[in-house]
Amino acid sequence: MKCLIRLKVNGETYEIAVEPRKTLLDVIRNEIGLTGTKKGCNMGECGACTVLLDGKAVCSCLVLGVEADRREVITIEGLGNGVHPDPLQEAFVKHGAIQCGFCTPGMIMTARKLLDENPSPSEEEVREAICGNLCRCTGYVKIVEAVLDVARSEKGGRDAGLLSHR
Amino acid sequence: MQDYSVIGKRLPRLDGMEIVTGKAKYTDDIVLPGTLAGKILTSEYPHARILHIDTSKAEKLSGVRGIITGKNVPMVQYGFANFVRDEYPLAFDKVRYIGDEIAAVAAIDEDIAEEALDLIEVEYEELPSVFDPEEAMKPGAPRIHEHAERNICSNHVSHVIGDVDKGFRESDYVREDRFVTQNVSHCFLETRNCLADFNANGELTFWTSTSSIYLDRFVLSHLLKIPVSKIKGNRPFVGGGFGGKGETVSCQICAALLSMKTGKPVKITLSREEQFIADRGRHRWIFELRTGAKKDGTIIAKQCRAIADAGAYNSLSFLILMHSVGYFDIVYRVPNVRYDGDMVYTNNPPCGAMRSFDCVQLRLADDSHMDMLARDLGIDTIDLYLKNVSGPGDLTASRYKLDSNGLRECIERVRDDSGWRDKRGRLPVGRGIGFAVGASIAGAKSSNDDPDASSALVKINEDGSVNLLIAAHDAGQGSRTVFSQTVAEELGIAIDDVKVNFVIDTDIIPQDQGSYASRTTIGLGNAVLAACRDAKRQIFEVVADQLHASAEDLEAKDGVIYLKGSPDGRVSFKDEGGALSLCLTSKKVVFPIIGRGHFEPETEPFDWKTGEGNISIAYGFTAKVAEVEVDTETGRVKVLNVTSASDVGKALNPLFLEGQDEGAIAMGIGQALFEKLELDKGQILNPSFSEYKIPTALDMPRTIRSTWVETLDPHSPFGAKGIGEAVIVPMPAAIANAVYDAVGVRINEFPITPDKILEEVEKKGKLGE
Repeated sequence: MKCLIRLKVNGETYEIAVEPRKTLLDVIRNEIGLTGTKKGCNMGECGACTVLLDGKAVCSCLVLGVEADRREVITIEGLGNGVHPDPLQEAFVKHGAIQCGFCTPGMIMTARKLLDENPSPSEEEVREAICGNLCRCTGYVKIVEAVLDVARSEKGGRDAGLLSHR
Repeated sequence: MQDYSVIGKRLPRLDGMEIVTGKAKYTDDIVLPGTLAGKILTSEYPHARILHIDTSKAEKLSGVRGIITGKNVPMVQYGFANFVRDEYPLAFDKVRYIGDEIAAVAAIDEDIAEEALDLIEVEYEELPSVFDPEEAMKPGAPRIHEHAERNICSNHVSHVIGDVDKGFRESDYVREDRFVTQNVSHCFLETRNCLADFNANGELTFWTSTSSIYLDRFVLSHLLKIPVSKIKGNRPFVGGGFGGKGETVSCQICAALLSMKTGKPVKITLSREEQFIADRGRHRWIFELRTGAKKDGTIIAKQCRAIADAGAYNSLSFLILMHSVGYFDIVYRVPNVRYDGDMVYTNNPPCGAMRSFDCVQLRLADDSHMDMLARDLGIDTIDLYLKNVSGPGDLTASRYKLDSNGLRECIERVRDDSGWRDKRGRLPVGRGIGFAVGASIAGAKSSNDDPDASSALVKINEDGSVNLLIAAHDAGQGSRTVFSQTVAEELGIAIDDVKVNFVIDTDIIPQDQGSYASRTTIGLGNAVLAACRDAKRQIFEVVADQLHASAEDLEAKDGVIYLKGSPDGRVSFKDEGGALSLCLTSKKVVFPIIGRGHFEPETEPFDWKTGEGNISIAYGFTAKVAEVEVDTETGRVKVLNVTSASDVGKALNPLFLEGQDEGAIAMGIGQALFEKLELDKGQILNPSFSEYKIPTALDMPRTIRSTWVETLDPHSPFGAKGIGEAVIVPMPAAIANAVYDAVGVRINEFPITPDKILEEVEKKGKLGE
């Protein structure tokens, strides 16, 4: 039997009838139709499906859709404001931190969470934070560079009072 | 060196914003109304006869819309090389490995399809099986394919140049070693998939994650007896390939067959576990190497006996063996060479092509062997290579023509950049430095009867914008962007004015064979260049009239078309009154101006008995030095830094080259230190990312130095060569040699795991006592 859930995704409220065994990942991709969040393993091992659930970075394949009832989800499509991308999105392009791009949405969500909590991470802290997000293409070098670059500029921006609080 | 405006610049990916915003569509993101989910039933036995398949219970399950088995699919064999086609879309007489596809179900959702698989009853008669290639070659071993005596795929390969026996007799020193490599999986993040939609007109449309959409179309046409004109393939964004998406496989064929059966769109997306089983990754090779040298390090003779486990089907195995022959001598000048190789069927999962076509295993063995030879001779390893290294213009023993070859410079560069002279033999215990070399084809035929052609269209619009239509099978390498740079450079326009297609639609986009053999840079690059020149010629003829000049004397650069050597004779490319305005009023051209380009490399067919032949138009080279730290308590190896230099011909976009090199370093670290598909009687024991570990951000060296040697290859656009495969080749051997330098132990069975290191260190300690 399906359960009716109400969840907020990227600021929009959705009321959906879902089967209790369906994962949040499947709800986001198949019911809501936001396909930016990727399914790489469906077992919480690769991080490609990372989203922010009430501000916490989670593998959406390890959360049931019904668990997201009355909660707030941010996916890759919810970063930036549609016209202006998030600084992390820009930095990933600029630094060549993307290759095939399949890990990228999850990687950016994890990085966003890191920078929200720790605006000035060290290189080791960045590596620790993203070590649950697998990438087979890049060797992570440019991903780490991109995250550190954003950390530097966002911190500079914040200190100068240029960025509104996230 | 020529001065370029766009080529050689660190430009970001043109399709980057699509990817980072989540808008890029991959196959599984594409939804057609009423799509059915497909699932495939696979064999539980490594070798068994199929006596009976009963699908009646499954068919009665509510929500099931169609089931196919080997009985109702075309009895046409397929496979990459036409003389060793040994596979059917679904097994009908027997299964040859755990994972061999038997039946497929389409249902209204994946859960029902999965449930239906459980209801299909298969009656098997188990057959004796064999899992070791050396065992499989012995008389009396179970025969896996009727056509293959002693289970040898196709034929034994023997390549002999000079007289190795005489060479060994004349050598001052001869060393022999045996190495065994492991099965490695591609682990691209997007598993293989296909969405197929067959309609009432008898037309098939499909979307799939592939390195060769045209090859998929060809195979589907061949198997399904639908003319290619009625098959439309779409290649959306692709989540990694590394050679593992170049072959048409069962899930693609079954999606098409199920759509034909049900009349509805059918999507099959492999789960991660299914992908590990269906993946056709690196072969397990056994190499017995023998090298004879003079006291001064001059190599007189080299011999290799290679046996590889192909698994249950040929896939690309025999072709890989052909390349292995050539990779044995490509880095040296050696007068006497002997290579004997066999690809052997077993009841393990089939292996296939993975980044470098298994050159990485051969060089892992040979570069380890050469490092030990150098130590035995008391010669620095790098000096040993420099004494024997191949050079530009060489014709190798296997008939590879190395028109451009910057290997010597790569070696010297990594020696100097890494501080080799100061570090080798001088680091504290537990720290070590190792060196290795690599090479790879940069554009090859996939088989002797394959055209290997590339085509491109350039469409110039009235407003000066340009559409580039190409089948760049870009899976992150950046080829779409590099070819847009090529257009901008050649037409002398801004890259912002170039728009390239992200999706390949076989009805619209001119054909290219795909992304394999590091062939895109040269193959498609030359086609794009030719298309630009064709378009430019049409514009130049109009401009020449205006300037009272000859079209041959015109050049295009930085938005201007000008008369060579004349400061006055110039018109803007797209501004009002410029070249395109002239074209608009001219009767000589019509808009859009279409430039067509085509390229087919001149390569030699190779000899299937010896592996000889110039299979590639160009070859890429690389050298790497790795520094490691080995924890002697735990046996854990940490790669501290890597110094890399690669002959890329010409660096078209250093940002992407670094990306290729860094990714290859990661993959090489995994292969050297921990990646291994664990097989027990044909069963994969670790089909998940928690059990099959690939490198994370924490496993990477904190310092990587990648540099480029530019040899300007004569066959290539701007002199560039594909390098995506070569760059991985030296990485595992550089680590193996560094581990030896650190703790003095040599692991001959890869990967070099902590338990093996500790065991060897302990043995060595006991010997020391």
